[in-house]
Amino acid sequence: MERMQQVVGRARAAFRSGRSRPLEFRMQQLKALERMVQEKEKEILAALKADLNKSGPNAYSHEILGVLGELALTMEKLPSWAAPQAVKKNLLTMRDEAYIGYEPLGVVLVIGAWNYPFVLVMQPLIGAIAAGNAVVVKPSEVSENTARLVAELLPQYLDKDLYAVITGGVPETTELLTQRFDHILYTGSSAVGRTVMAAAAKHLTPVTLELGGKSPCYIDKDCDLAVACRRITWGKYMNCGQTCIAPDYILCDPSIQSKVVENIKATLKEFYGEDVKSSPDYGKIVNQRHFKRILGLLEGQKIAYGGETDEASCFIAPTILMDVSPESKVMEEEIFGPVLPIVTVRSVDEAIEFINLREKPLALYVFSNKKQLIRRVIAETSSGGMTANDVIMHSVVPALPFGGVGHSGMGAYHGRFSFETFSHRRACLIKDLRWEVLNKLRYPPGSMEKMNLAKLLLLKQCSKSRVAQFVSALLAALKAVVAKVSFVSLLSL
Amino acid sequence: RASWLSGKTRPMEYRVAQLEALGRFLDDKKQEILEATASDLGKAPFEAELSEILLCKNELHETLNNLSQWMKDEHVNKNLVMQLDSAFIRKDPYGVVLIIAPWNYPIHLFLVPLIGAIAAGNCVIVKPSEVSKNTERLVAEALPDYLDKDCFAVVTGGVQETTRLLENKFDYIFFTGSPPVGRIIMTAAAKHLTPVTLELGGKNPCYVSDTCDVTNVARRVAWGRFFNAGQTCIAPDYLLCTIEMQEKLLPALRKAISDFYGPNPRESPDFGRIVNDKQFQRVQRLLGSGRVAIGGQTDEAERYMAPTVLVDVQPSDPVMQEEVFGPILPIVVIANMDEAIDFINSRERPLAVYAFSSNDKVVSQVLERTSSGGFCGNDTLMHVTLTSLPFGGIGNSGLGLHHGKFSFDTFSHHRGCLKRGMGWESLNAPRYPPYSKTNFGIVQATSKVTRKSDCTLL
Repeated sequence: MERMQQVVGRARAAFRSGRSRPLEFRMQQLKALERMVQEKEKEILAALKADLNKSGPNAYSHEILGVLGELALTMEKLPSWAAPQAVKKNLLTMRDEAYIGYEPLGVVLVIGAWNYPFVLVMQPLIGAIAAGNAVVVKPSEVSENTARLVAELLPQYLDKDLYAVITGGVPETTELLTQRFDHILYTGSSAVGRTVMAAAAKHLTPVTLELGGKSPCYIDKDCDLAVACRRITWGKYMNCGQTCIAPDYILCDPSIQSKVVENIKATLKEFYGEDVKSSPDYGKIVNQRHFKRILGLLEGQKIAYGGETDEASCFIAPTILMDVSPESKVMEEEIFGPVLPIVTVRSVDEAIEFINLREKPLALYVFSNKKQLIRRVIAETSSGGMTANDVIMHSVVPALPFGGVGHSGMGAYHGRFSFETFSHRRACLIKDLRWEVLNKLRYPPGSMEKMNLAKLLLLKQCSKSRVAQFVSALLAALKAVVAKVSFVSLLSL
Repeated sequence: RASWLSGKTRPMEYRVAQLEALGRFLDDKKQEILEATASDLGKAPFEAELSEILLCKNELHETLNNLSQWMKDEHVNKNLVMQLDSAFIRKDPYGVVLIIAPWNYPIHLFLVPLIGAIAAGNCVIVKPSEVSKNTERLVAEALPDYLDKDCFAVVTGGVQETTRLLENKFDYIFFTGSPPVGRIIMTAAAKHLTPVTLELGGKNPCYVSDTCDVTNVARRVAWGRFFNAGQTCIAPDYLLCTIEMQEKLLPALRKAISDFYGPNPRESPDFGRIVNDKQFQRVQRLLGSGRVAIGGQTDEAERYMAPTVLVDVQPSDPVMQEEVFGPILPIVVIANMDEAIDFINSRERPLAVYAFSSNDKVVSQVLERTSSGGFCGNDTLMHVTLTSLPFGGIGNSGLGLHHGKFSFDTFSHHRGCLKRGMGWESLNAPRYPPYSKTNFGIVQATSKVTRKSDCTLL
């Protein structure tokens, strides 16, 4: 569609003008974003409530607090992140300038998801702006109120040409993906992730894919079950289970299965009261399609708790399934809903084997008092990220990279990782046009003595230090020797 | 894949042993490597020893010296509420890595990524180029004697075999080659959601300003251009300068070529050959662009093309439409630095940009106003000899990077890990429902990141 081409074309032209590069400009835009979040807090919360029935404090803490934190961190650190990084040199390059420069990539595309519709668009946007790029944002059409709000608000606060919002569904996104971008960050399902990467391949566009999977949660017999179940309950049922890093299913010994169920039940009552449906803190399934999908997963399962649903309001009660078979439907796809299957395993060995037979998940959780067991689980499995003795929390440590591996994704962001993801690290070597005599070593005609000297000068590395200064003096002496050698070899021709 | 699942490649001792074996491969087989590359490309022994042996050993030593450091968990800063916890980045191997190498530096371009892949704890399949036949044979025969056969394999074949190979699932694919094939690789990788690093190519511009030492510039440019008979992804592809500078450069280039290769480069043991007939014919067609000012002689039987400089080249000429990858240096005349920069920016972003000037500001300007994989001021090729600098492209010239620690990082998954204690549960209370404004205030206070300019108790 022409409109897409125009929007992307405008962003590219704006990028080419160079105005997004100076740090002052980027800081200014980030500050404007901060103002937007602070001034329009009410509108943002209202949109989140309309889309996902997210309650005020819940929405604020999951979506707005995170964004403000990221903005503060980025504005604080940007000067140091963007500064060129000097690197170690070898003897031959000691007199030269060698460093890595951080440069913007160009026009970045951010495709958001519907489950945390505000933060999943804002956090990448912050990193992309900080790195000096132009950005096209495509919020999820499923969370339509937030999408509409983002489309209205961004142009009011940010440079209209550099940062654009495109709304729409699958046809619009497909069209958008035919345009050329310099980086695409996509949050969503593995299936669509493949499509995005294939489209990006046509333009050799690098991608960051934040996908999903079934995040396992292993509960060891030796652990404080009450605390463990509390934390798991919190992470599983927040946003009605629609969290990419929610503990998807539990692995535990059959002897503790009933206790686990009891503890989760008790915690649920504590969190949401006797009548979950009327709790202001419990969310809803985003739409009918997903409601029906999750309902389908319950077929033939032993429901230990919950299971009540109400199609009209897309309500599914917090549900626990017991003695789940690994081959059942609920164990085949990412649940993304308030249904928690428990699969029994007889040992941590079995648990590790179970996990490794499946696709690498976005997150992995293990609860145990035994440090050695935790260390083993980390060492013998692979996942995007992990938390021991809690859930979700590794994603809120700003200094940890957030990303998947295998089917759960590629690349990472958050904090400085966002900045790096959206930057090009350019190797820069600035030499002097003089000191040509040092180069004689490498020029033809080749010779044994030249090779030996070359080995001496290239094979060592030294950093700026007293040693380097000493060697510098040595180098000057060497220069004289080299000149003599070359002169001699010229003479002997 | 079975070997990968056994976990054999993970312990540091294992990785070190394999890397040291690679070192022995380079030492033991040095002569064979020089001979194989000489048959494939007419590579001068000096060049081969430099690029295929010495630079590889650099990477090996850098890796062996630092591996234990690189493998360590990286502990990170935490906020107030997590002071009792342990937050770190764990470097996990990906699994089974595929490395596809090209023919121009046939040992270096598979060995250097292989070092990184092994260092990161992966199992590796190496697919050397079928175009450099002799080296391919050498690698297929000799390498398995040095490395663990279960975990490291060499696969040979052409386009068909590679296509079939790509149908398998790999956990990482590292490809060096041309942009069109890069697209095919990435598309194949997308089916399995396999991350990739693509080291591609482009036309690397070389801007020479009016203020410079012409003799030195000519030598450095000639060296970079005619090394390996021009078949180098980071070679200066074309030169941009004013007509006055061109007049000064031509005699200087003539002298440099003569100093390097003698009056008849065909007889010099230090000048290479084009790898095969297909490439030879392709490069030969480019001679029709502009006018031959230096060189131009060819011998099809030997696949020899003299070090050549073309002048009167128009941007629309064939030699300016594709990466030269041969011993031809076209000169495009521009009026000034701004025009040169615009010219560079109107084309795909290259793997390298070169700028020569005795005026620092000119070099800085070209650096700041262009975009490329890497940049070298006042020289050619040298920026890739530092293992501390990342090597990679941007846009059409590639994605991802490697060399030194960047290789290790490329082939490892950086996993964010948080270990919490089971105690202090009361500290978690504010985050649980039922939500309330007071609890929320506590959460906010203990977890937010404040600007240094804000005044808080934190």
